[in-house]
Amino acid sequence: MTIRVLSPGLLTTVQDLGRVGYQKFGVLASGAMDTMALTVANLLAGNEEDAAAIEITLLGPQLMFEQDTVVVIAGGNLSPVVDGVAIPLGRPVYIPAGSRLTFGKAVSGCRTYVAVAGGIQVPDIMGSRSTYLRAGIGGFHGRALQAGDVLEIGVATRSWNVHFKNITKVGVLPWGASHELQPIYRDHAVLRVVRGPEYDFFTEKSKQMFWEKPFRVTPHSDRMGYRLADVPLSLTDPLEMVSAAVALGTIQVPPEGNPIVLLADRQTAGGYPRIAHIIRADVPLIAQVKPGGLVHFTEVSLEEAQELYIQQEYSIQQFKQGIAGKLVRRD
Amino acid sequence: MRYFPLGDAAIVVEFDSVIGPASNEKVQLLAAYLDHHPIVGMIEYVPAFTTVTVFYNPFLIRYADAQARLEVAVQQAEGIQLEQTTRLVQIPVCYGGDFGPDLEEVARHNQLTADEVIRIHSSAEYQVYMIGFAPGFPYLGGMSERIAAPRRSSPRLIIPAGSVGIAGLQTGVYPIGTPGGWQLIGRTPEPLFRPDMSPPTLLQAGDKVRFQPITEKEYESWEGLEA
Repeated sequence: MTIRVLSPGLLTTVQDLGRVGYQKFGVLASGAMDTMALTVANLLAGNEEDAAAIEITLLGPQLMFEQDTVVVIAGGNLSPVVDGVAIPLGRPVYIPAGSRLTFGKAVSGCRTYVAVAGGIQVPDIMGSRSTYLRAGIGGFHGRALQAGDVLEIGVATRSWNVHFKNITKVGVLPWGASHELQPIYRDHAVLRVVRGPEYDFFTEKSKQMFWEKPFRVTPHSDRMGYRLADVPLSLTDPLEMVSAAVALGTIQVPPEGNPIVLLADRQTAGGYPRIAHIIRADVPLIAQVKPGGLVHFTEVSLEEAQELYIQQEYSIQQFKQGIAGKLVRRD
Repeated sequence: MRYFPLGDAAIVVEFDSVIGPASNEKVQLLAAYLDHHPIVGMIEYVPAFTTVTVFYNPFLIRYADAQARLEVAVQQAEGIQLEQTTRLVQIPVCYGGDFGPDLEEVARHNQLTADEVIRIHSSAEYQVYMIGFAPGFPYLGGMSERIAAPRRSSPRLIIPAGSVGIAGLQTGVYPIGTPGGWQLIGRTPEPLFRPDMSPPTLLQAGDKVRFQPITEKEYESWEGLEA
């Protein structure tokens, strides 16, 4: 059970929900940039939500499936095609042996996830299969995929026989996740944030602009962080900060004034003032904004943010149960 | 001491606003306590110079409750005897030459000889305040001001793993190859990041460290620290 990489695309890596519990050793969390898309792709493929899948960035790879495979693509719409047939996002797709999956134009979003029934089989390093590029560990040999790589697929725990019977060509099931779990990605994203510990140390003008002005996502944005431009922010007085842990979604402001949003490959600690944090429920949205796109921040309270997190988690668990009811466990 | 949220899924307890051994000891005490008594819903904790950040799952615990439980943990942690668990780790270093291309520069800057820099660097006992920046990278306290040196004006694009450097009043060891601006005075053959082992790093916050000078020959034939 393998997938052969014919061409790698821009940055194609194996990711799961990230490496948990090792940040105290300086080990990055890594993991999917859009954890919601990865979760949805995995659940629709009959996997656990944290199975390893392929994260694709803007320019997709060409992948050859060397046996019949059930695949789910979710996240940004990078125009996936199997042997000339356009494939819908967020649906279980049966791909016969020898088929090629390719991608085209980035219609919406910039990251998409290819989950396969059984998951991508790579070694578990410190509790995760995510690629940690800087350290060269995890994922597929600790690096982005290259032409000629052969990925192993794990054994699916659920059976697709009832759903894809006597099928010889590409087939699609009309299953899908709700709008809440599969949001529409916009190049002008509105992101909800809670205030950061140093919010009050910014000038009145900076605070006002932070809520009112759109920030542009620069091309220097990557898995580590999104660098924003167009709205420089300043402190009333210089602040002596002691390095401390940072969080996923933290918006920190270095002295030159352009904010950086910390994402999956963030360092484990930092020492810049933190004006705000994107709420966890909205972090997947910024991961889909392309360089050149705009983001706008709007405030919610900590209580609202946690309520939204809980609602999202309920929706995921409900969706997971729905899928479990459709797919019987293999013996 | 204060508590504050770090986004919607983490809480910070800050013992002091400036770096020092006293607040860092409180950090280590709380870390040792949380290792055995994680608060409900805790995903992981990250100790730093003066803070411990606890990441939690808001599905399992809300902020107010997380703070209440962390306050109890902080109180309980005060009773731990830390000395019993403190480790002293000896790190072998081959100073100067190709391994420490900036040793002479550090010596010149401080009007010392290279040998004096080595002697001062290897005679102190350092405290690991925190691990961060790179996997297993120790932020060490306790370096003598006599060998302090500013960062290089132009950072190196790649600093080899194991490099021992000085930046201002800090000294540290690069566990993996990264870009960096520290003055490099030597290199250790001992890996600081070991992803296949548990824990995955040679050093942990709270450890004491000494650097032990070794020759180039000893570096080449180094077979690892005795367990």
